[in-house]
Amino acid sequence: MSSATAWIVVIGSALATMALKAVGPVVLGGRPLPDRLTRIVALLGPALLAALVATATFTTEQDIVIDERLAGVGAAVVALSFRAPVLVVVIVAAAATAVLRALT
Amino acid sequence: MTSGSERTARDGIRTVAPLAIAVFAFGITYGVLARGTGMGAFAPVVMSLTTFAGSAQFAAVTVLGSGGSAATAILAAALLNARYAPIGVSVAPFMHGSVWSRFLHAQLIVDESWAVAAEGEGRWNPRVLLGAGLGIYVAWVVGTAIGVIFGDLIGDPNRLGLDAAFPALFLALLAPQIRNRVSIAAALLGAAIAIALTPFTPAGVPIVAASAACLIGLVTKDGA
Repeated sequence: MSSATAWIVVIGSALATMALKAVGPVVLGGRPLPDRLTRIVALLGPALLAALVATATFTTEQDIVIDERLAGVGAAVVALSFRAPVLVVVIVAAAATAVLRALT
Repeated sequence: MTSGSERTARDGIRTVAPLAIAVFAFGITYGVLARGTGMGAFAPVVMSLTTFAGSAQFAAVTVLGSGGSAATAILAAALLNARYAPIGVSVAPFMHGSVWSRFLHAQLIVDESWAVAAEGEGRWNPRVLLGAGLGIYVAWVVGTAIGVIFGDLIGDPNRLGLDAAFPALFLALLAPQIRNRVSIAAALLGAAIAIALTPFTPAGVPIVAASAACLIGLVTKDGA
């Protein structure tokens, strides 16, 4: 790839991302949302975080796959059920996946 | 530890520190990968400084690495970051100050800082968002620089199971947000939408579409 291509991507993705992040706070900043909208955005966290968990566990590009990552996430569920700190949860997941990958 | 709306920017940094370590490792991975696609040493670091969105940067670099055009790479990044439009709306009521101040604070929104700043019932703490966002930002940019510089020494990060660290991280962020039957339903529906769309849509679309799951807040009563 030419260095011009790399820089076009750097600038283009920066502008797009800055605009997407800022549009809500800049346009609506400081004003309360209508009640119905507040009820909806309260559920945005569970919906988006669960979607990120699902795609990061079960997908590779456009394929749905079951691989060593699932064992790592399973180990993370166990660690969370013991109320382990976040860093421990993450390390347990990575270690379970790495060990399984090394064994198979 | 203070709770509720008394939390400060310092609490944000403290809460996000363990996540920042994971993001730091992810930043190194990104630096290694970006360097390997021939972007040079400088461009990946500038991208982390200015785009500051891990999954989108990975997607853009992957597109470039597989011979895609600049337009395709930018589109992939924009689609993956489209979720930040509704996320920005969710925190907007709690961001005061001038337009410029709101613009700059908004740049510190990433999944992790947004999740730890949540205080339930549709409220977010802007000071925690600021502290947590700065912590993640430093970890991400420094990680990228280290990956670019020392990439050759590190090798394949997936050998260390780093690809499982991220779903685990998001799961740990999700757990405290599961408060009642409605939030469980939103989480399950969001995950189902994302998986169902994955084979048929470009990367990023499934995540954006999953945000529609929060519309069940319209048809259910609070706490049901």
